[in-house]
Amino acid sequence: MPPKQVKSKTAASVDRKRSKRGDGDDLTEMGDGTEQDDWMQAKTLVKPEDQLELSEAELKEEFTRILTANNPHAPQNIVRYSFKERQYKQTSSVDQLAVHFALDGNLLHKDSEEAKKQFNRMGLAETKEAEPAEGAEPSAAAAEESGGEGVPEGGAAEGGDEDAALAPATKAGGKEKKLTNQFNFSERASQTYNNPFRDRATVTEPPPRASFSSNVTQWEIYDAYQEDFEKQEKSKEKKVIPGRKEEEKSKKKFQISETSSDDITRVETAAKIVERMVNQNTYDDIAQDFKYWEDVSDEFRDSEGTLLPLWKFSFEKAKKLAITSVCWNPKYRDLVAVSCGSYDFMKQGSGLIILWTMKNPSFPECFFETDSGVMCLDVHPQHPHWICAGFYDGSVAIFSAVDKRDGAIHRCTAKNGKHTDPVWQVRWQKDDADNNMNFYSISSDGRICLWTILKNEMVYQDVIHLSLPDISAEGPDGIKVATTGCGTAFDFHKQKDYLFLVGTEEGKVHICSKAYTSHFIDTIDAHNMAVCWNRFHPKIFITCSADWTVKIWEMKDTMDKSEGADETRKPLFSFDLNNSVGDVAWAPYSSTVFAAVTSDGKAFVYDLNANKYEPLCEQMVAQKKKTKLTHVEFNPTYPIVVIGDDRGNVTSLKLSPNLRKMKAEKKGAPPVDEATKVQREIEKLEKILSMVRNQPTEATA
Amino acid sequence: MSQEIDETIKRILAHKGVIGAIIVNNDGIPLKSTLDNSTSVHYASQIHSLASKARAVIREIDSSNDLRFLRVRSSKHEILVAPDHDYFMIVIQKDAAN
Repeated sequence: MPPKQVKSKTAASVDRKRSKRGDGDDLTEMGDGTEQDDWMQAKTLVKPEDQLELSEAELKEEFTRILTANNPHAPQNIVRYSFKERQYKQTSSVDQLAVHFALDGNLLHKDSEEAKKQFNRMGLAETKEAEPAEGAEPSAAAAEESGGEGVPEGGAAEGGDEDAALAPATKAGGKEKKLTNQFNFSERASQTYNNPFRDRATVTEPPPRASFSSNVTQWEIYDAYQEDFEKQEKSKEKKVIPGRKEEEKSKKKFQISETSSDDITRVETAAKIVERMVNQNTYDDIAQDFKYWEDVSDEFRDSEGTLLPLWKFSFEKAKKLAITSVCWNPKYRDLVAVSCGSYDFMKQGSGLIILWTMKNPSFPECFFETDSGVMCLDVHPQHPHWICAGFYDGSVAIFSAVDKRDGAIHRCTAKNGKHTDPVWQVRWQKDDADNNMNFYSISSDGRICLWTILKNEMVYQDVIHLSLPDISAEGPDGIKVATTGCGTAFDFHKQKDYLFLVGTEEGKVHICSKAYTSHFIDTIDAHNMAVCWNRFHPKIFITCSADWTVKIWEMKDTMDKSEGADETRKPLFSFDLNNSVGDVAWAPYSSTVFAAVTSDGKAFVYDLNANKYEPLCEQMVAQKKKTKLTHVEFNPTYPIVVIGDDRGNVTSLKLSPNLRKMKAEKKGAPPVDEATKVQREIEKLEKILSMVRNQPTEATA
Repeated sequence: MSQEIDETIKRILAHKGVIGAIIVNNDGIPLKSTLDNSTSVHYASQIHSLASKARAVIREIDSSNDLRFLRVRSSKHEILVAPDHDYFMIVIQKDAAN
């Protein structure tokens, strides 16, 4: 509200009463001006052009105007929303105060705090002001009192002097209490000399760093818990067993020494594995061949096969010995047991039993040294760590591949039924009624013995005495001494356990039964050396001899004996191999395949199904020409034959596909089980035999 | 017993192509070695972690299975690792073809 306007309005309101003229500042001013109309020459009525034209009566009309103390600018009806009553309500009273002019002054009451402070601050100024003020007062007083009195002036001057004298005193007082403020302060600074910086450092050797990493997986936690559990179990057991303190102490000591020693014995299994790995690397190509190589040329040559040489096992100590027997381990298909001795009557030395594994061709798995040459060997079919062996000196022994004591587990002695001549063959039998293991042995002294292993010893029992009933030599006194035949080989029937064949040096093959101790079921005039039943056919067996031949026979029923008793029974097949045959073996996978090895280092493989007269494969196996091959064995699962020679070497060869022909299954036919396979094999052989059997003269070429 | 193992290790070392052998314990510290110390330590620490990892892999996939051995074939030679309960055996062999 500009004061001027209000003023003008009130002035106007007053003026209107007075003057009945319209509004207008000019007029108002004119109104005022009319009072001082000295300089106004003429009293002219000036009408603005837009002035209302009013009549005289209207002009004289009186308008009442009430002057109130209300502020006309203040709002009269402020309405506010009241949340309490939830409606708009008119504010009852409105502030009517109108401020026309406000000016902040700077006067202080002299007794107030601020004033006092200022007094203090401006002490000198005060006195100075006081002094001139006082000076002024007296001077003014003097001036007022008299115009020309010099004394009061002098007095004033004196007063001034006194004041001047006072002034420094107050000045001094004032100086003590001088306060700084923003207008009156001073800053002091000085720059000091900055010392130059020097770097000092030493390099230490860094602490050795080792990176540590570990895997935590669920199974590790499980393993740790298992170990802990086992330890707890052991400690529990120890507590349970009433142990003396000494025992416990010694046990504890043992434990501690076990765990804390870095003994190299702990690495045993790892070392073994690594050795095999190293060998696998070295003989890598052979291992690959063993697994995967098949002679492709066999597809083109229908009736020929080959033997691929694989590993050659040779042991230092066996170099002078001949391999006398070979036997595959029935459970572990890569393990072969080999016995070494000497066939030479003159040179008899020590012997060896060696266990080779195909996984490690450079060193045997384990070996036993014996004082006498080992002539034969057999691995127990059910307990593959039991090995029975027959010696040149006529004794038999049992070794355990697991429990490697220095020698045999059991060994028979002269008192204990040792043979008087070398033992040529041993064979394990099924455990007898008392679950004792037992085996048979045959020897040149004409006895076939059954050895039973009771808890701690071997007990023998003569089974058969090979006697020659017909021929009896004349003793020096003319007494007839029954001569005994010399057994050289025997083999048990695969299915009929009690039936076995015996080959003798006289050239006869006897078919015997366990039940009859002195009587043979049958006798065949054959040759000597090895005898081996056919795996599949229940009645066929094969023999080989130093007379260069291999013959296949059929066992006739005893009933039929009468028919052909007089005739010398002839073999079904007879093969001439040009050199004395060391060993013959049937193949485990086919009833018509067999292998033979000769003294001139050759191996022959025949398949009657393919070719009845010629071998499928005739191959030189031995390294040097003069080595004789002594034994041959087929591996039950892999297509491998192992051949031993008289220089202590064992060679493994892989059979080519032609040699392994089995009856092809018809496509789409369901897979055959064992029994059917066996049956088929038998049928296959029967077919061939039937062609030959009935009348030899009518045999088709 | 220990004699046999000694013989086995001798045979391994005498085998064609074998450069060296190290026996390492579970902490990665070589116990016995035919190579010089720094090489042994180097091999031991590196292979220890690798073998543990390999073992973890096998066990993780089938918890009834366990690592038998590990072969690492490189262009120059082959590292054969056979883990045992408390020890590792490492053999370094040159390629047979070379």
